[in-house]
Amino acid sequence: MDTSKVAKSNATTAATTKGPNRAGAAATWADERLGLATAMKKNLRKVFPDHWSFMLGEIALWSFVVLLLTGVFLTLWFTPSMGEVQYNGSYDQLRGIHMSEAYASSLRISFDVRGGLLMRQMHHWAAMLFVASMMVHLLRVFFTGAFRKPRELNWVIGCLLLILGTLEGFTGYSLPDDLLSGTGIRAADGFVKATPVVGSYMSFFMFGGEFPGESIIPRLYTVHVLLIPGLLLALIAAHMLLLVYHKHTQWPGPGRTERNVVGYPMLPVYAAKAGGFFFIVFGVTALLGALLTINPVWKYGPYDPSKVTAGSQPDWYMGWPDGALRIMPGLESHFWGITISWNVMLPILVLPVVMFTILLLLPFLDAWITGDKRDHHLLERPRNAPTRTALMVALMTMYGLFWIAGGNDIIAIQLHASINQITYFLRVAVFVGPVIAFVVTRRWCISLQRKDNEMLLHGYETGVIMRSPEGGYSEKHLPLPATRAYAIASRDRDPVLEDHQHTQDANGVPAPSGGRLQALRHRVRTLWYADNVQKPSPAELEEGHHHAEHEHELQASVEGQAADGHQFDGHHLVEDEGLRHH
Amino acid sequence: MRLLNRSAGRLSRHRRGPLAGLAVVLLGLLMTGGLYTVFSPAQAGSAAASEEQIAQGRELFLVSCAFCHGQNGEGIRTQNGNQLGPSLVGVGAAAVDFQVGTGRMPMARPGAQVPRKPQTFNDDEIAALAAYVASLGPGPAIPDESDYSVDGLSDEERQQAITNGGQIFLTNCTACHNFEGSGGAMPRGGFAPQIRGVEPRYIYEALLTGPQNMPNFSNGNLSPDEKRDVIAYLASLEDMPNYGGFGLGGLGPVAEGLAAWVLGIGSLIGVAVWIAAHTTRSTKKKVEA
Amino acid sequence: MSESHDKGFDSGPGHELVNVPDEAVVNDLYPDPGLAEHQWRPTDVDPRAEKRAERQVATLFGLSAICTILLLVSYFVFDIGDDPDVVGGLGASNLFLGLSLAGALLFIGIGVIQWARKLMADHEIVEDRHPSASSAEDREATLAALSTGLEESGIGRRPLVRNSLLGAVGLLGLPAIVLLRDLGPTPNQVKNAQPYPGAGLENTIWEKGMRVVRDVVGTPIRPADLQLGDLVNAEPEGIFKSPEDGKPLEGLALQVNKSKGAVVVVRMEPDEITPGDGRENWSVDGIVCYSKICTHVGCPISLYERTTHHLLCPCHQSTFDLADSARVVFGPAARPLPQLPLMVDDEGYLVAQSGFTEPVGPSFWERG
Repeated sequence: MDTSKVAKSNATTAATTKGPNRAGAAATWADERLGLATAMKKNLRKVFPDHWSFMLGEIALWSFVVLLLTGVFLTLWFTPSMGEVQYNGSYDQLRGIHMSEAYASSLRISFDVRGGLLMRQMHHWAAMLFVASMMVHLLRVFFTGAFRKPRELNWVIGCLLLILGTLEGFTGYSLPDDLLSGTGIRAADGFVKATPVVGSYMSFFMFGGEFPGESIIPRLYTVHVLLIPGLLLALIAAHMLLLVYHKHTQWPGPGRTERNVVGYPMLPVYAAKAGGFFFIVFGVTALLGALLTINPVWKYGPYDPSKVTAGSQPDWYMGWPDGALRIMPGLESHFWGITISWNVMLPILVLPVVMFTILLLLPFLDAWITGDKRDHHLLERPRNAPTRTALMVALMTMYGLFWIAGGNDIIAIQLHASINQITYFLRVAVFVGPVIAFVVTRRWCISLQRKDNEMLLHGYETGVIMRSPEGGYSEKHLPLPATRAYAIASRDRDPVLEDHQHTQDANGVPAPSGGRLQALRHRVRTLWYADNVQKPSPAELEEGHHHAEHEHELQASVEGQAADGHQFDGHHLVEDEGLRHH
Repeated sequence: MRLLNRSAGRLSRHRRGPLAGLAVVLLGLLMTGGLYTVFSPAQAGSAAASEEQIAQGRELFLVSCAFCHGQNGEGIRTQNGNQLGPSLVGVGAAAVDFQVGTGRMPMARPGAQVPRKPQTFNDDEIAALAAYVASLGPGPAIPDESDYSVDGLSDEERQQAITNGGQIFLTNCTACHNFEGSGGAMPRGGFAPQIRGVEPRYIYEALLTGPQNMPNFSNGNLSPDEKRDVIAYLASLEDMPNYGGFGLGGLGPVAEGLAAWVLGIGSLIGVAVWIAAHTTRSTKKKVEA
Repeated sequence: MSESHDKGFDSGPGHELVNVPDEAVVNDLYPDPGLAEHQWRPTDVDPRAEKRAERQVATLFGLSAICTILLLVSYFVFDIGDDPDVVGGLGASNLFLGLSLAGALLFIGIGVIQWARKLMADHEIVEDRHPSASSAEDREATLAALSTGLEESGIGRRPLVRNSLLGAVGLLGLPAIVLLRDLGPTPNQVKNAQPYPGAGLENTIWEKGMRVVRDVVGTPIRPADLQLGDLVNAEPEGIFKSPEDGKPLEGLALQVNKSKGAVVVVRMEPDEITPGDGRENWSVDGIVCYSKICTHVGCPISLYERTTHHLLCPCHQSTFDLADSARVVFGPAARPLPQLPLMVDDEGYLVAQSGFTEPVGPSFWERG
């Protein structure tokens, strides 16, 4: 690699040695006690590659910080108690009504603490953004292959963060003890009771007796402000440490290899960009909190187990299991004096566990199928792993359909459709949709691979139509710029699959067969790579260029003119440049 | 005539009381006498108009309603037993005022549910239709403004009415119409319409008559005062400022989730693209100092 | 395909490469053109552009400071509470606090990023990666230390010590579970102790002769009060007048009994009802009463359609036919809503003939 153009320093002016100053003195003081210099030496100028998609996880990190800040504010006034009080605050419509202390203090925060409503709304918006950005980040990591060795464990940590973030959201949703959150807890009680054998016991232990009991809010509060945030903090720290240790992945391109990382240093550029992004995430949350009402607890009224409202939904991240619950047919078994409610158990207890297990195992599944044990630091474009990409799109489709099911009543009124029809449709669609999505995505990726090859072999389409002396028309193709061609061609070739039955070692002795599992893996691997288009071989590339030369011969009639098409497509400026110069 | 109609409405809720019949007769006599002394020429006119009104209502009915509801409002069943239009005997003036006043009737086309649309008839024509249908059989009359207005109450009573109305609303109405009256979905394409912003009279009439698939909340079920309280609560929701900003349609978490994704994640990804985007470059070379 | 392509792919047992793909594998078509020559930004080469950017960034920070001051002003200027200030139909305090806070934060964020984009050095720099794995020597040294340590502990040689320790520590897991025992009573304990009327999963407060009263107000209902198509959201009278002491229930007892005792009462034409076996006399003049608690996961249901007699749950859309013993006609619920047998007492009010004949609410294992 040509490193002659690489700056050793990032400064625009030469660093000059300065005399000892106050900052230096402080640094010395700290270092003499903590020995920070050794640790900071490399990390202060640690390089991070620059790409917008690498900042999605940052949204999650910063919204978590916003959650901590606003959450601490809320704890100063929130009373996590189910003790019954008579409301006497500023909100007219509920004055004199009996309610839990938790709900009364939520009203107090909303109406009698200045900035309290803003903090409550910001906390809720930030929670929605926290989970959403984790999911977007997860998709980016999966689609680009950034989860591959050596980063599998960081994927696992990320998935745990997603689960914990979801649970944290649900516990928070339940705390204000308004009609909506109470309905959520009531449904959760139904889920718990559907657990085989121990369901009713678990419910009684959770609620400290019969639903709704007097303990659930204080207990959820401890889980919400202490247990889960503690776990989240620890896992986020581990996630970040691993990120620093592995160094960030990067897109292939000129000068970017598996052995280096090219980008901007932590100090100052990344510190500024990331720090600035924190303020922006915080600011956007404040903007949402200022302008858009979220969870107007005062309108829901205090929780009352005999009341309910239309449009009783969980927050969006719990929407998909709720959707599964909605479209599940009503199956229940009664025998030997016991009841098994498949209608609750399958969608809400089994399905999420299965989905999260699949998610956690994806990197290991991918490694097992491909047999790839190398480290990967260059990202892969989604199209270059068609089956992997299609797999995630299929999972996304399934998720999305469950999600739609979770909002089927709102969709029905907004689109004037019938809830029943939507439900019947979705019962089929959650199975058929992912299959269609899988096939379509896979073929789409493969045709994009083919298009890449076209571009490498024959150049890109200029949009310039040429007419030959014979009267035929053809579109002029021009070779890709070298940097782009290099970036597109920077991809692995798929491994050559040997016939499993005839695997032999170097001495021609049949290799000991790995048994049925090996055979399965071989079959899956064959399907995994089937139909993928490989990038051209050097010989094909050579031939392609020859062909282009030939085309140029045919177009010799236009030789001598300045027009070669480049001036129309903006790829580069061409002045006084004849066609044959390429 | 309107006056008469209204007083009849106010009384209708006591009709079932043991002394209601007597009270009606007495009150009717008193009022007729009283009104006669005050408006004697006009009274004579409107009494005549009442007959006329029923006749006018029948004309309108035959043209616009009879196809489904029958020549005499007896209802029509199709050959396979489905109801084309239900019988209107005994539905009362309130039902007509609600259905025609909110434009639901006459129906534009059959469907899962008749939606609200602009009125087809003007107020006089509606009154005539109502008078005609009311003449078919006794039913709830059009409520008077004093039935649902809290103007006559003291501040304290009004406050009490709103609080009480809120509890009744949350118990009886939110299940279908949502906590903000935004409406909700019902089976097979039906829906509970939005009731935020609907005129109090129509809410009262809907409670009284149970239009389409809505259950009744007759006076024996939900007392007239309770109906008034619900309306007072709904009005107070409308007068209330949006403390926390724009309301996202009052649809609950689905709309909020959509906003978080589209506005929140959308704008933040936009910012991320901006942060990572390359700035403009110059063709000049830096002069090294 | 050249041989190098297969490197690192594990096509058979005992064949692995712990390394990154070869550069030749990544790109065997083109030589690496290397990093592009650095192009300067206008702010690097033009002192005026630089000054301009500097002023721009400082202005952004200044705007942030102004917003912060506005925030402080809004805090004191706009009232909340009883008589809140309103601007354009929105709560003024929340709106202005939020907008000024957003401004204060966003301007800092934009300013800092603009500073990084325009003024901070923007040479891309290159850092070498190191393998995630430790070096072979380190690994060996660690393994050696580990085995020395284990050797010296004698854990391998003294299975008695090892196994008894494992057993003891494993046993410590039990207290962690057992100590949670008192999180709550068991269902049976609650049922037997009857700490409040109607305690226990199988029970409700309903009993023979208890009046059906309107929710919120607690007034009893006469059949004649209801017209065809009426829906009453009702409660057992016991929550307004406890069977034990005649006082209204409060707190836990109230909440639990509302969560199990709430019912819906509807009136339809008597001949529209298809009574279930043995339920022929459970209705009064076409008035029927069902538990309001969904048998799916327990939401209260009262979305009633008077013409079809269907009752819909707003949580998961289970639909029950109240004219036909609350049979499930749609949705995820598997069981009909329990029906409360009705009759009329001496004073002509609707009362229960008995309590529910089955547990109300969602299913649980031992429900049977």
